[in-house]
Amino acid sequence: MTDAAPSPQTRFRRSFLAPTATFAVLLALGGILDRTANGYTQLIFLFMFVNMILALSLNLVNGFTGQFSLGHAGFMAVGAYVSGYLSVLTMGVGARLMFLPQPFEFLNFPIFAVAGGLAAAAAGYLVGLPSLRLRGDYLAIVTLGFGEIIRVVLLNTKAVGGARGMPGVPAPGELVVGDYVFSPFFMNYLWAAFWLTTTFFVLWRLVRSTHGRGFQSVREDEIAAEAMGVNTTKMKVQAFVISSFFAGLAGAVFASATKYLNPSTFQFTKSVDAIIMVVLGGMGSLTGSVIAAIIVTMLPEFVLRPLQEYTGVDLRMVIYSLLLIIFMISRPQGIFGKAEVTDLFKRLTKARGKDGRTSA
Amino acid sequence: MEDFIQHLINGVSLGSIYALIALGYTMVYGILQLINFAHSEVYMLGAFAAYYTAIGLGRALGADLEPGIVFFGIVLIVAMAACGVAGLTIERFAYRPLRQAPKLNTLITAIGVSLFLQYTGQVIFGADPKSFPTVLEDRSLVSSGGIDLRLFDVTILLTGVAFMSGLHYLIHRTKTGKAMRAVSTNRQVASLMGINTDKIISMTFLIGSSLAGVGSVLVGMKYPQIDPLMGLFFGLKAFVAAVLGGIGNLAGAVLGGIIMGLSEEMVVAYLSSTYRDALAFGLLIVILVFRPAGLLGKWQTEKV
Repeated sequence: MTDAAPSPQTRFRRSFLAPTATFAVLLALGGILDRTANGYTQLIFLFMFVNMILALSLNLVNGFTGQFSLGHAGFMAVGAYVSGYLSVLTMGVGARLMFLPQPFEFLNFPIFAVAGGLAAAAAGYLVGLPSLRLRGDYLAIVTLGFGEIIRVVLLNTKAVGGARGMPGVPAPGELVVGDYVFSPFFMNYLWAAFWLTTTFFVLWRLVRSTHGRGFQSVREDEIAAEAMGVNTTKMKVQAFVISSFFAGLAGAVFASATKYLNPSTFQFTKSVDAIIMVVLGGMGSLTGSVIAAIIVTMLPEFVLRPLQEYTGVDLRMVIYSLLLIIFMISRPQGIFGKAEVTDLFKRLTKARGKDGRTSA
Repeated sequence: MEDFIQHLINGVSLGSIYALIALGYTMVYGILQLINFAHSEVYMLGAFAAYYTAIGLGRALGADLEPGIVFFGIVLIVAMAACGVAGLTIERFAYRPLRQAPKLNTLITAIGVSLFLQYTGQVIFGADPKSFPTVLEDRSLVSSGGIDLRLFDVTILLTGVAFMSGLHYLIHRTKTGKAMRAVSTNRQVASLMGINTDKIISMTFLIGSSLAGVGSVLVGMKYPQIDPLMGLFFGLKAFVAAVLGGIGNLAGAVLGGIIMGLSEEMVVAYLSSTYRDALAFGLLIVILVFRPAGLLGKWQTEKV
């Protein structure tokens, strides 16, 4: 990444081709799932996408900026509730409001998701501004506190059902092409894949931009960064707000996938889930977060659930937490450390040396 | 007015339990700069140790066993021992290998240990709440004009004060205490002065954890329901109390605990109980934004 000015071809490849190709591949997978998998498996895949977006967003704060946030579930909750509430208002059973009429109804959800993301970002700004002056443990505790406060506020808000939760969140609006109506699962999947691709590539480009370098300088050495003229508080708040936005998107996807929201979903343990994924994949590795999200979502379903049926006790979280401890002691940098999967390809194709980033 | 005084009594009694647990957080933080998230689970283990001891003794002795100060004492000692051992084990196997690692790694490990104990607890003890057996018969000591001073509140307060004074003596009047203070000031220099820092750190965990054991028995007595997740919120609030008073500062932990207990009691009494948990965090945020070092703490600028 040290080359000064990328050629127009490279630029085209980076900013357009790679995301489009990724999205196309994901859609193809979605098509297969839509035809072959049962509803349960389909839901697992949607959750996997939610987890990926969540882990990616948290990685920006915890991995790249080096700030420890323990309240990510709170921002996810804001996104989920805003998007879910708007969906219920306009597309729910007996909805009286209409946002976009039929041929464009499928665009409702992405707009609501962005609204959810923006609301989460606003919450992130409110939380971040006072708390990001603090460092390390204090920040961890304040974010934890804010996460819990967001949950308590939701718990006491009658409009969204309070402790009873909010049922009947509709699937994204229908998309009709000719005579063909896409299934609700496919619409959910489409937008989940869309937001995942967006999140991944926006973050991918962001951490390699001037701003991204700023974030990373805060992680490496805050005092040195400040001495070099980096406004560290501003950097931290920016990272926090962007991260909250994407967490809000994850929440929006979650809301339309589960069709039911409850404040207890967004407890401290949800934030810990996100942290486990980031730590497992490697703090500062985006592809690592994606892979860790796959592991964390799939492992319980396809390995631990059979085990649970066999032994009769839920050992899922016991194994999770043990994994976390063992990882921290034996391989604290996670599976990938700061490296990306693409670095491995590079190492395979290129001759050794030169690329300084992989050895870091 | 009578109501208010009654709430005051309840608040102080709850506060002294918070204080006992907050002391454990603050001691570990003072010496390792680590938020020991597993402390709340140590407290949970203490409650279960007390529970099984009380049940076991009840079965073994049957009718000979009467709730009273002796029974209370036995249960208390067992809970303290169990917590002490748990604290030592956690320190030895989870934190010591990470002594040189970045703080963040230790913090995540602490969260891992906490989750591990919570869920292992659910597997072993069962997730459903258990009712804590009567180790001491509660009765009214003084009752006049709507104010009711009960034996539990007095016991809790007396036990709390006793252990806190004991800790104060230990920290400020004994050689071990001096070593602990030295290690918390500067671990490296302390070890150069011939202090076995690992031993002192273990000692800190032992003492802090056994105080959590005391707290767990008192909670079991006053709010007689225990479950494997009981530590989660109680521990967080105790931690908030420690931060409130100034983390790393023993007197601060006690002050923070009392403030925490009082304000919680008052919020439940005069506002609404749904805001009880938010209150703790609200307090925390206000204090961290306006006085990040806590009420009694000293703010240290980070040096290069």
